[in-house]
Amino acid sequence: MTQKNRIQSGGRVDRARALSFKFNGKSYQGLQGDTVASALLANGVNVVARSFKYSRPRGIISAGAEEPNAVLQMGATEATQVPNVRATQQELFDGLVCNSTNGWPNVDFDVMGIAAKVGGSMLTPGFYYKTFMYPQSMWSTYEKFIRKAAGLGRSPRENDPDSYDHIHQHADVVVVGAGPAGLSAALSAARSGARVIIADEQSEFGGSLLHSRENINGEPAADWVQKAIAELATFPDVMMLPRSTVNGYHDHNFLTIHQRCADHLSDKAPQGQIRQRLHRVRAKWVVLATGAHERPLVFANNDVPGCMLASAVSTYINRYGVVPGKNLVLMTTNDHAYQTALDWADAGRKVVAIVDTRPNPEGDLVEDAKRRGLHIITGSAVIEAHGGKRVNAVSVASINENGESVTGKISRLQCDTLASSGGWSPVVHLSCHTASRPAWNDEAVGFVPGATIQNQLTAGGINASYGLGDCLKEGTAAGNEAAMNAGYDVSATAPELKVEAISEGAPMALFHVPHSRPTSRAPKQFVDFQNDVTAAGIELATREGFESIEHVKRYTAMGFGTDQGKLGNINGMAIAAKSMNKTIPETGTTVYRPNYTPVSFGAIAGRHCKELFDPKRFSAMHKWHSENGALFEDVGQWKRPWYYPKPGESMQDTLDRECKSTRESVGILDASTLGKIDIQGKDAREFLGRVYTNPWAKLAVGKCRYGLMCGEDGMVFDDGVTSCLAENHFLMTTTTGGAAHVLEWLEIYHQTEWPELEVFFNTVTDHWSTMTISGPNSRKLLSEICDDIDLDKDTFRFMDLREGTVADVPARVYRISFTGELSYEINVQANYGLYVWEKLFEHGAKYNLTPYGTETMHVLRAEKGFIIAGQDTDGSLHPYDLGMGWCVSVKKPFSFIGKRGMAREDCVKPNRKQLVGLKTKDPLTVIPEGSQAVLDPTQPIPMTMLGHVTSSYYSANLGHSIAMGLVRGGLDRMGEAVFYPQPDGSVIEAEICSPVFLDPEGERQNV
Amino acid sequence: MFHIYCPHCEDHREEEEFHASGEAHIPRPLDPQSCSDEEWGEYLYFRKNPRGLHHELWVHAVGCRKFFNITRDTVTYEIKEVYKVGEKPSVTSSEKNQ
Ligand SMILES: [Zn+2]
Repeated sequence: MTQKNRIQSGGRVDRARALSFKFNGKSYQGLQGDTVASALLANGVNVVARSFKYSRPRGIISAGAEEPNAVLQMGATEATQVPNVRATQQELFDGLVCNSTNGWPNVDFDVMGIAAKVGGSMLTPGFYYKTFMYPQSMWSTYEKFIRKAAGLGRSPRENDPDSYDHIHQHADVVVVGAGPAGLSAALSAARSGARVIIADEQSEFGGSLLHSRENINGEPAADWVQKAIAELATFPDVMMLPRSTVNGYHDHNFLTIHQRCADHLSDKAPQGQIRQRLHRVRAKWVVLATGAHERPLVFANNDVPGCMLASAVSTYINRYGVVPGKNLVLMTTNDHAYQTALDWADAGRKVVAIVDTRPNPEGDLVEDAKRRGLHIITGSAVIEAHGGKRVNAVSVASINENGESVTGKISRLQCDTLASSGGWSPVVHLSCHTASRPAWNDEAVGFVPGATIQNQLTAGGINASYGLGDCLKEGTAAGNEAAMNAGYDVSATAPELKVEAISEGAPMALFHVPHSRPTSRAPKQFVDFQNDVTAAGIELATREGFESIEHVKRYTAMGFGTDQGKLGNINGMAIAAKSMNKTIPETGTTVYRPNYTPVSFGAIAGRHCKELFDPKRFSAMHKWHSENGALFEDVGQWKRPWYYPKPGESMQDTLDRECKSTRESVGILDASTLGKIDIQGKDAREFLGRVYTNPWAKLAVGKCRYGLMCGEDGMVFDDGVTSCLAENHFLMTTTTGGAAHVLEWLEIYHQTEWPELEVFFNTVTDHWSTMTISGPNSRKLLSEICDDIDLDKDTFRFMDLREGTVADVPARVYRISFTGELSYEINVQANYGLYVWEKLFEHGAKYNLTPYGTETMHVLRAEKGFIIAGQDTDGSLHPYDLGMGWCVSVKKPFSFIGKRGMAREDCVKPNRKQLVGLKTKDPLTVIPEGSQAVLDPTQPIPMTMLGHVTSSYYSANLGHSIAMGLVRGGLDRMGEAVFYPQPDGSVIEAEICSPVFLDPEGERQNV
Repeated sequence: MFHIYCPHCEDHREEEEFHASGEAHIPRPLDPQSCSDEEWGEYLYFRKNPRGLHHELWVHAVGCRKFFNITRDTVTYEIKEVYKVGEKPSVTSSEKNQ
C-alpha cells in the first residue's frame, strides 16, 4: 500500500529511509522519523480501534500523550508484548508489530455493536453500578468481558527478555518539557552553572517549535531549537533527556522520569542495551514547562474517524509530512486554530470552510486566512459529523452568542476531515500530583496550577501563556529564578530573543456545541472517547443526583481510562457545571495523579527482580549445608537448613531419623541466624530488668538466663537467652526474625524514655557462627576438640557459659538447651564457623553426629513444650496465657514493660485463650496447624470456636503425634476432650494435656 | 518520598533510610502501676491523627539509629522542623503557621 497521504517535501521525516511495520496483521510502510500514528495516517488507515461501550469505529485524534483512541498492543513476540502504547508517542522502527487493543475481535467487524443494540439499556451511564454490581457472583465473568472489550490490553505471558534500570540523581533545577518555555528555562539555569536536568517525552526537543512556522531572531524556530540544544550540550552539568516522561511529581520535589532508551529501536532492546530507565530525582527547584493540550469540541458524532484536533492536523502536516485527508472543515473558537487551515492549504489540499463559533473573529491569523481567500463561516458551528468509518460531510448551523442554541438553518458541507479546536487546557497534571489544586482562570478558559508548597515554578503553556514570545520570556525568567533560588549567580545577561508579535482575538468559551435537537435526543456527543462518556450521559448523571464532579466521574467513568481523561475532563466538568447551573470552579476541580502516562512494570521494578528482588542472608556454614543435601527454608531474609534428606527418604523419614539420632546420640544445628545484641554499660543490668519480665539483678558473670519480652500491652513478642559476659557486659539473643525489631525496641526505650541509663547496644548477629550440639553424646564430642574448658557436669553446669577454644579457635560455649537434651552452643568468630563445624564432623562420625534443620528443631522443642515466639504466640498472649508465669517477676521494683499491661481487666479475666498440649485420640493423627477447637463438633455452623492449633508434629521419639494450641480456659481443662473439625468433614478428637510431652522432670539436660 | 534532615547526622537523606514510629511526646507514665486501666489504655492506644500539624517520632533506621522528632503537616506533607528527643517543638498548631 502506498503512503497516499504523504506529501513530497517538508517535515522531519527521512524519505530515504522507509520502514515496514505491521498493524492488525497487515504490512505498511512508514518513514524514519514517523510515529506509528503518523505512519498509519500516511497510509490512510482510518479506523484504529473500536470504542469501549458502543463499539464505534475510532480514528486517531491527537498527536501526543493525550490520545484516547490509538492505544495499541505492541510486540512481535509473546515475551515482548506491551499494552497501552499510544500510537501517537511510539516511534516507528523497522519490523514493528502492533494491534488494536480494543478491536474485539477486529476493528472492522462490529461484535459489540450488536451487543449494544441488543443490550441497549445496559450501556447507560452508571452501568458499572447498575448492571455489573449484581449478582456479585457474576463479577468475574463481567470483568473478563469488560477487560476484553475495554481496551486495557494484556501483559505478556512469557518473561520479559529486556533489562530495566534505575538511576538516582540530584539536580539544582529540573525542567519538565523542552518546548520554547522549557528550553529557555534550561538555558538560563544552565548559564548560571546550576546542575540541570531537562526532560521531554518526545523523541526530539523543541515541542511545538518542531511544527511551528514562526521565527525566533529572524530564523526558523526549529533552527533556534538546534542552537539551544547545542549550547546546553556544552555545559558539563546539564543532562538532556529526550524520550523521557516526567511521570510523577512527588513530595519534597522528588520526580520520577521514565526514559525509553530502546523502545524506538527494535522490538527487543539491542544486545547489551537496557530498554528503559527510571530516573529518581531529588530537585532543589522544578520548572514545569509542560505546555497545553488542545481541547476538542463536543458535537454530534464527533468520534467519526476524520474528526481530529486542529493542532494535531498541523503537527502531522508540518512535522511528519502527512496530510490526513483531502477536504478540510475547521471548526474553532479561537484564532490559533486558523493556522491549521493555512497549513492545509499550503500542503495543496482543499479547505472547504473555516467554521468560527465567534460572530466577529479578528486577529492576524484570521486576516491571513481572509487574504488567502479561505471560506470563513462566522457565528456558526459544526453541529454534527456524518459518515461511518470516515467523515464524509458535516452539518453547519449558526448558533447564538453564548453557544447554547442553534439559531439558523442547517447546511451540509462535504469533507473528509473535521479539525476542531475549543482552545487549550494547560497540562497541570504534574502540579496536581503533590495535592495542589488547580485554579480556574476565566480569561484563559482553563485550569492553571494552583498554590503549592513545592519549590515549583511554571512557564509557558501551563500558565495559559500561549504566545511564543511569552513562552520564551517566562521560560527565561523561571530558569533564572530557579537557579538563583538554588544558590547560583544569575546576574549575567542573556541574549534577547525576538519574535514577531501576533495579535489574537479573544477566544470563545464553548464546551458543548448545541444541536438542533436536545442533547438526550441528538446523536451521541462524546466527551471521553476512551470510556465512551457522552454529554447526554453527564447530564443524566447530574439529573440522577450526582452533584460532586468526583461522583459524576465515577458514575460515568469519565477520566478513568488509560488516558486519564486528558482530552475530555474539562469539557465534561463544564457540561456537568452547566447542567447543575453552577460555574466550573463551583463544581470542583479535577485532580490528576501519577503516573502521567502508563509506565511499564519493568521500569518500576528496575533491577529489583529475580535474584535481586530481596537480599539473602547465609550463615558461614551454608556451603556445607548445600553440599550435604539440605533443603532450605526462608526465615526472614535468612536461608536456614530445613532438613537434610538422604536418598530415598520421605520428609517424615528424615525428621524421624534426625529427631531420634539427636536424642539417642548427638545432633547439630546451625543456630547462627539467631539475633545477637551486645549490650554494655554500667546500667545494662538495670535496663535488662526493665525490658524483660523476669529478674536480672542477680545474674552472675558466666551465667545465662531465658527471658520473655512483652509490649506495654503485656503481650509476649520475643524471647531468648541472655548471658552475662562481665559485670557490665551482656549478650542478648533474639528470635531469627525478630532481631532488628528487638534492637530498635531497646533503642527507642533507651533514647526516648530512659536516656539517663548508661547503656549501649550493638548488633553482632553476623559476627558469630553458632552451632548447637545436642544429645547425650554432646559432652563427649565437645571434649575431643576442647581442652581448655572444664566440661565436668558440676563445674560447667546447665545455664553456664565459658570462654576457651574449640578446635583451637577462640570460642564462647553456652550450656543451654532448646531440645531438653544435654546441649552446648558453640560460638566462634563467623569466618571460623565452617572450620569448626567440619572439625565437629571429623570427630563426630563415631557418634553418628547428625545435622538437623529447623523442622527437627521445631519437633524437638515441641516435645519439651518450648514455645516459638511468633508461631505459638500472635501478639494476643501474655506470659500467663502461655503457662509461663514462672518467667514473670512482679516483685521487681521497676514496673517493667508489660507489667501494667498484663494486669488490665481483660488480661486477668477467666476463660482467656491459653496455650496447652494436645494429645490426639488416634496417636498417629497429626492435627493440621491452624485447626479450630470446638467443644461439640455436632453444633450448627458457625460453631463456637475456642482457639486453634499452633504447633503440631509427629514425634518419632514418643511414637505419637504431639501438638500445642490455644484453648479457652485450657489450663483449667486438663484431661478434657476438644474437637478439631476438618475441611473434609472429618473431626479430630484430642485431649488437653501439659505441653511438656518428654522428660517433664528435666533430667536429660542435667546429666 | 520525603527528604528528611537527620539532626544527628546533620544531613538530608532519603525517606528509605528512616521510618516513622508514631506520634511524638507520649511519655511512658512514671508510675504505671498507679494508672487506671483507662489511663493505661489512653497511653497505649489513643493517638491524635490530626489534619495539619503533627509531631512525629522518627528513627534514622539504617543510618545513625537515632530517634528524633519531626513536625509535619499531614495535609501538605511539608516538614516544618526536626528536633531532638527531649526538645520541644517550635512550630505548633496554635501559632497558625500553616
Ligand atoms: Zn542520622
